[in-house]
Amino acid sequence: MVSVNNNGNSSALIQVRGLNKAYHRGEEEIQVLQGLNLDVDKGDFVAFMGPSGSGKTTLLNLLGGLDVPSAGTISVAGDEITHMSSSRLTEWRARHVGLIFQMYNLIPVLTAYQNVELPLLLTRLSRSERRRHVETAVSIVGLADRMHHFPRQLSGGQEQRVAIARAIVSDPTFLLCDEPTGDLDRRSADEIMALIEELVDKHGKTVLMVTHDPIVAARADTVLHLEKGVLVEASKSRQPAVAGLAGGAA
Amino acid sequence: MKFNRLILANLFRKKIRLALTLGSFAVALFLFAFLAVVKKAFTGGADLANARRLVAINRVSIINPIPLSYRDKIARIPGVQAVTHNNWFGGIYQDEKNFFPQFVIDPENQRQVVPELVVPEDEWKNFLKDRQGAIVGARTAKRFGWKIGDRIPIKTTIYGTGGAWEFIIDGIYHGQRREDDETQFWFQWDYFEERVPERFKGLVGWYAVKLDSPDDAVRVAKAIDAEFANSPYETKTETESAFAASWVKQFGNIEFLILTIGSVVFFTLLLVTGNTMAISVRERTGELGILKAIGFKDGTVLFLVLAEALAIALVGGFLGLGLAILAIPALASALSGLLPNLILSKSMLTAGIGFALLVGAASGLLPGLGAMRLRVVNALRRV
Repeated sequence: MVSVNNNGNSSALIQVRGLNKAYHRGEEEIQVLQGLNLDVDKGDFVAFMGPSGSGKTTLLNLLGGLDVPSAGTISVAGDEITHMSSSRLTEWRARHVGLIFQMYNLIPVLTAYQNVELPLLLTRLSRSERRRHVETAVSIVGLADRMHHFPRQLSGGQEQRVAIARAIVSDPTFLLCDEPTGDLDRRSADEIMALIEELVDKHGKTVLMVTHDPIVAARADTVLHLEKGVLVEASKSRQPAVAGLAGGAA
Repeated sequence: MKFNRLILANLFRKKIRLALTLGSFAVALFLFAFLAVVKKAFTGGADLANARRLVAINRVSIINPIPLSYRDKIARIPGVQAVTHNNWFGGIYQDEKNFFPQFVIDPENQRQVVPELVVPEDEWKNFLKDRQGAIVGARTAKRFGWKIGDRIPIKTTIYGTGGAWEFIIDGIYHGQRREDDETQFWFQWDYFEERVPERFKGLVGWYAVKLDSPDDAVRVAKAIDAEFANSPYETKTETESAFAASWVKQFGNIEFLILTIGSVVFFTLLLVTGNTMAISVRERTGELGILKAIGFKDGTVLFLVLAEALAIALVGGFLGLGLAILAIPALASALSGLLPNLILSKSMLTAGIGFALLVGAASGLLPGLGAMRLRVVNALRRV
């Protein structure tokens, strides 16, 4: 069991304190996350590993404001998101979070360009400004020549690149990746990981990633292990990045 | 609009389903327009009725005549500006299928009592001079290709032994309003009186009475009926709109029938489109979850679903009404005479679009609310 440490870095970009998440199945309460503390600085690249049901995706959902915790707080760049209304949380998500999923989750009836443009439709940018942003994002992921292809006309790796472009197009505060290579062959997975590394190293993005794959996890700066909702181990991988890590005592 | 492409892309996702849904809207709106036109054709007489006109008929029924001698007595009642009388001729032109209404008129007062059906002055003067003269409505003239000077034989079915009466077209009248009946055929009382068998002489079908003021309607109607009470020919006098309404009632409760059919169409369409939208939204639960995850608000998601439903409704509605615009004149031409005012008015088209939008909104609302309430984490599990 990881020891509790609430004295993390108070200037960290993401601060998690005493995070709990429980689900109810009938009368039974299932504790998914138990008193997690975590500090992540800007530019960090953190991987969460752990067996199925350990709470990795739940943690990612909570950090991304997609779900609300049972107890505890999450602050991102000074905004405490745990007490935001659903509507404010949606707005916050649009501004601060870039989401990358295992199954890419592109809208099949839209072209790559239109998929990437989606988050920008929620802004006040003009059409030409949106075009500029989309073209920049698409060129960062190396798909400028596939911009007007539909998802079905792209390979899995290319689809994930489009998803990454969609995640970064609005220049979010941090990226959440849920098994981003889980549906890809090794070569495509390597390419995607190289792209994510580039986003961290070259563009200064903060990335939090869930993965089952130790090879993929090893590409992160720090690897955190979750087991049954508890952060049980931490290891530095590429380079020191996680500013403050604490396992919440159950 | 920023979301146009997203809405359009979703609309065209299942092209066959889109075509079928548009088709159901188009058929329903065509039926809506058709029913509205038929209802108007039956009940429009009451709407067109002049509030300053009364109709006096025999108390027993309109089939029973009333004496010509009543004319002067009615004219003397205070509040009466003019009186004219008519008879139903019920003749056949060439074939029974060529139906159009023929009326015997009192040329002296016809134009004063019915000013909305306009005959050019020179044509009217010729008509007055011509005992066999006839004035015909523009639609009937067009239907049979009649022109001024043509001799028209019309076979009587009520008066006499069935021989043809010959008329000369002296004039063509036009209605002042689009809905005015332009199918009638008028001819002179004197010619009628001269040719009918003895037992019909001196008897008219009904009186049309023009009032000084619509406020006098009830008083004058009562006065007319009181004047002829306890006589062999008692009268029943009512406003022209009441007369038109009771005329329609002879065919049964047309309005109720049309309303019932219309309601069935409405609810069937609502169920079809509501089900289509519900399926369409359910299929996209995961995608809606993605949209919400990347920052689309609940209201925006509801808007997207509603916009799709409304777009289908609007396009389907326009298709159906467009079809009605093309088909109803052809139908009107085929039924000319039987149902004179089969006219698709602008107000019916507007009501049709309103009807389509109402069904569209209703069918999109429940799935839209469902999409709006969708929890992102639950939706993402269904990707």
